[in-house]
Amino acid sequence: MPEPVASQQALAAQKGARINDFVVKFANVNGSGSASANGMFARSVMRMGVPVAARNIFPSNIQGLPTWYEVRITEAGHLGRRGGVDLMVAMNPQTWDRDVAEIEPGGFLFYDSTKPIPPSRFRDDITVVGVPLTAMCNEAYELPRERQLFKNIIYVGALAGLLGIEAEAVESLIRDDFAGKDRLIKANIEALHMGLSYVQKQLAPLPLQVRRADGVGDRIYVEGNQAAALGAVYGGATVCAWYPITPSTSLAEAFTAYCQELRVDPDTGKSRYAIVQAEDEIASIGIVVGAGWNGCRAFTATSGPGVSLMTEFIGLSYFAEIPAVIFDVQRGGPSTGMPTRTQQADLLAAAYAGHGDSKHPMLLPADPGECFEMGALAFDLADRLQTTVFVMLDLDIGMNEWLTKPFQWDDSRKLDRGKVMTAEMLDAGADFGRYKEVDGDGIPYRTYPGTHPTKGGYFTRGTSRNPYARYSEEGAVYVDNMERLLRKFETAKSLAPAPILRRAKGQTRDGVIYFGSTTPAMDEALEMLEAQGRRLDALRIRAFPFADEVMSFIESHDRVFLVEQNRDAQLRTLLMTEGDVDPAKLVSVLHYDGTPITARFIAGAIASRMAVGQIEAAE
Amino acid sequence: MTYILKPQLHHPKLPTNGLGYTRRDYEGSVSTLCAGCGHDSISASIIQACFELELPPHRVAKLSGIGCSSKTPDYFLGNSHGFNTVHGRMPSVLTGANLANRDLIYLGVSGDGDSASIGLGQFAHAIRRGVNMLYIVENNGVYGLTKGQFSATSDRGSKSKRGVVNTDAGIDMVSLALQMGATFVARSFSGDKEQLVPLIKAGLAHKGAAFIDCISPCVQFNNHQGSTKSFDYVREHNEAVNKLDVITPRDPIHVDYRPGETVRVQQHDGSILSLHKLNDLYNPNSRAQALGYLQARQARGQIVTGLLFVDPAAGDLHDAVGTVATPLNQLGEAELVPGQAALERINASLR
Ligand SMILES: Cc1ncc(C[n+]2csc(CCOP(=O)(O)OP(=O)(O)O)c2C)c(N)n1
Ligand code: SF4
Ligand SMILES: [Mg+2]
Repeated sequence: MPEPVASQQALAAQKGARINDFVVKFANVNGSGSASANGMFARSVMRMGVPVAARNIFPSNIQGLPTWYEVRITEAGHLGRRGGVDLMVAMNPQTWDRDVAEIEPGGFLFYDSTKPIPPSRFRDDITVVGVPLTAMCNEAYELPRERQLFKNIIYVGALAGLLGIEAEAVESLIRDDFAGKDRLIKANIEALHMGLSYVQKQLAPLPLQVRRADGVGDRIYVEGNQAAALGAVYGGATVCAWYPITPSTSLAEAFTAYCQELRVDPDTGKSRYAIVQAEDEIASIGIVVGAGWNGCRAFTATSGPGVSLMTEFIGLSYFAEIPAVIFDVQRGGPSTGMPTRTQQADLLAAAYAGHGDSKHPMLLPADPGECFEMGALAFDLADRLQTTVFVMLDLDIGMNEWLTKPFQWDDSRKLDRGKVMTAEMLDAGADFGRYKEVDGDGIPYRTYPGTHPTKGGYFTRGTSRNPYARYSEEGAVYVDNMERLLRKFETAKSLAPAPILRRAKGQTRDGVIYFGSTTPAMDEALEMLEAQGRRLDALRIRAFPFADEVMSFIESHDRVFLVEQNRDAQLRTLLMTEGDVDPAKLVSVLHYDGTPITARFIAGAIASRMAVGQIEAAE
Repeated sequence: MTYILKPQLHHPKLPTNGLGYTRRDYEGSVSTLCAGCGHDSISASIIQACFELELPPHRVAKLSGIGCSSKTPDYFLGNSHGFNTVHGRMPSVLTGANLANRDLIYLGVSGDGDSASIGLGQFAHAIRRGVNMLYIVENNGVYGLTKGQFSATSDRGSKSKRGVVNTDAGIDMVSLALQMGATFVARSFSGDKEQLVPLIKAGLAHKGAAFIDCISPCVQFNNHQGSTKSFDYVREHNEAVNKLDVITPRDPIHVDYRPGETVRVQQHDGSILSLHKLNDLYNPNSRAQALGYLQARQARGQIVTGLLFVDPAAGDLHDAVGTVATPLNQLGEAELVPGQAALERINASLR
């Protein structure tokens, strides 16, 4: 069997095939079992050493509504969305017309040809590949559920044949995924070959081909939520309180699974963690604040609506100076918005959550690798700064598997518990003032409840108080405290991850600033712009408050594009509020339809702005 | 980090408890509540109970919401850590604190506005999780701190100082606590120290969610004719169900102990509750009976006080979650961080 595939590939290559660089999109019905088959397709390409970027586009629904899965096969390693579809696997009659319309001119349509479809429903400028999937299933299987499940595997087999994916790559995945369930392994491999041999007998391979390569390296393939949860385990989090909300739920669930694996006392079988599914987000953050007050590392995972509910507590954490970590996996807002679509639209809500003057550090991971690192770091920062720290994921990073650098941990690393006064220090005569400035960094010492019989006790409150935690509404005392909180925020700048600068190949007065899940699309857009002769220095922001380098980057460029996935240019507002920057320099590139931003979109928007600038300059 | 120092005696004549503490060691700042406020009497009972129970004061964590009642933790146990949280949300903060360190004693103090209005949900959920705590609602039927609006425990038909009549049904916190699965449920009256102190002691010693609804007249806004929670009304309608005292195994002193009229209940921690039954038909071991009895008395316009229900073998949230014996806040890198070797295994599973 390998022989004909190889010769077909050679044939396809002669016809000028696109090798390892195209986009396949699957259109399915939610709940039909397609998700695992589609995932298998993507991972089998990776087993051939070719990087993929795969994204789920799913409805807020359990069964019946349309769902899509887009797989970008990219030997060059462009992990953002490209935009456009080269091969549409149209398995959902409900969305047929729009799916067919989305195919690039010259592209391909794969469909179930069991029932004839009138020619008017196709397009002249695409190639159509039909496989009678339903008929094949009905012939091979008795049970309706089997017919449905194996149909998915049959089309994976057919696609493998059409695209030159090695059967062994898919088979090895099936063996790994169903390890220990021999009956399932056998049945799935049979279904796979049913699709594969149909194609080999009846059809020619497509000029879109996957070829073995060496592009994956030691990278891992993982969701950001899972990575962030693992980061929380390594960051020493012991208390997690949460309330289910898409797209953050899988973070709390992954934390639960990792704790069950990694945090059980081997002698007693008891848990070194406590997870509470709370009654709502207010209780979730309340539990986190209570645990933080009492010396635990605690977190919650939520999304925009949850952050809205939590704001009173976040203000308490700011003012009473209690460590807390919130993973905000952003989705489309406002209100219930687009609950299963992605956005970066909670920046302002998180940065300034709470009434009165308050602001909170945020970490902005760009991929699951950083979700892990920042997921762990957030707990050190929260303890050190004694405040709420946000880790701002979004649905695109959180709920899609991304190819990312392997997780790493330095075993000599210590958890930074911040300034905690112990009974020994108190006995040695240390003057304890819970809200007293001691080191000039704005950070006071705290004691854990129960530390000492007669020293170090204090009454925590959200009302204003003097450095010794005694109630005071004295104006000067209040102002002193608020100024200290600002110094503390300044200290946060030096502790948070620094921005990453990527210089253009030559001199330029143009810059671009971006963050989070925009990163892979931005990297590719920079290459596209470079190829057009458009040069930009690029700065990726990784934290709020902004490091001084961010302001000097803006200072040293004439025009700075700000690429964000929200309508209101929230990063721009933050930069203007927190820094002394000239707003006229800041040009927004905004993408907020709920789909992940694409390299084509960014490059197009920036190129057209630059072109207009050039014309104006010439005039 | 637990260690107990014997404090110096303030006054040679002040009596000390078994730990060498005087009653004064359990006091806090000077109260800023109105003279005669029922809440201050409850604080005095808490001080008395902790002194008699010989609790190391710093091993108690006291938490509250917002309101006059919620201010009181500042006025007792001055060496303990206290947390005046946000309005109606003390239960969640206490839950988190309890998860972090199972070795402290948790005392939640709240008001009827704090727990029955804005915080009804959190109240119910902390109780149903079995958080190991004593939760006291200082119930005056009004919002004291915001000057006399009705709270959700105000009875239908009662009249405010401004002459407004409450048309909403009142919530009975005791019935609610019973329904939510509290494993120790009592009601008392701020002016009845003889009943309240033993109840607080028993509630503090109880493992699991203990709840006391303590009627506590507000001298400013709820002590006038027409209010069903003023002193005179309560005195008249009070019917003491039983009397109890906590006898720690170390110091088995019985107060009013009379054989034949006693229900002895062994609590999970080994301490024994001796219940002196005034009404020998009442058995505090039946949740269903407690609810029925409450309703029957309520129909007659009577407020039942005393220990209504106790489950001496109750478990708590830590039992449910299965946490290790060491408080979570004392675990370090070795117990918490799995290290690079585990990561390599995880990396391999993600390729
Ligand atoms: C979110 C919020 N809403 C409103 C208030 C105003 N407030 C303060 S105390 C209180 C009522 C307190 O009533 P209760 O708990 O019965 O305490 P009491 O003063 O009667 O002891 C209210 C409404 C607040 N502090 N926070
Ligand atoms: S207003 Fe009422 S509840 Fe508040 S302190 Fe005065 S008497 Fe007590
Ligand atoms: Mg009240």
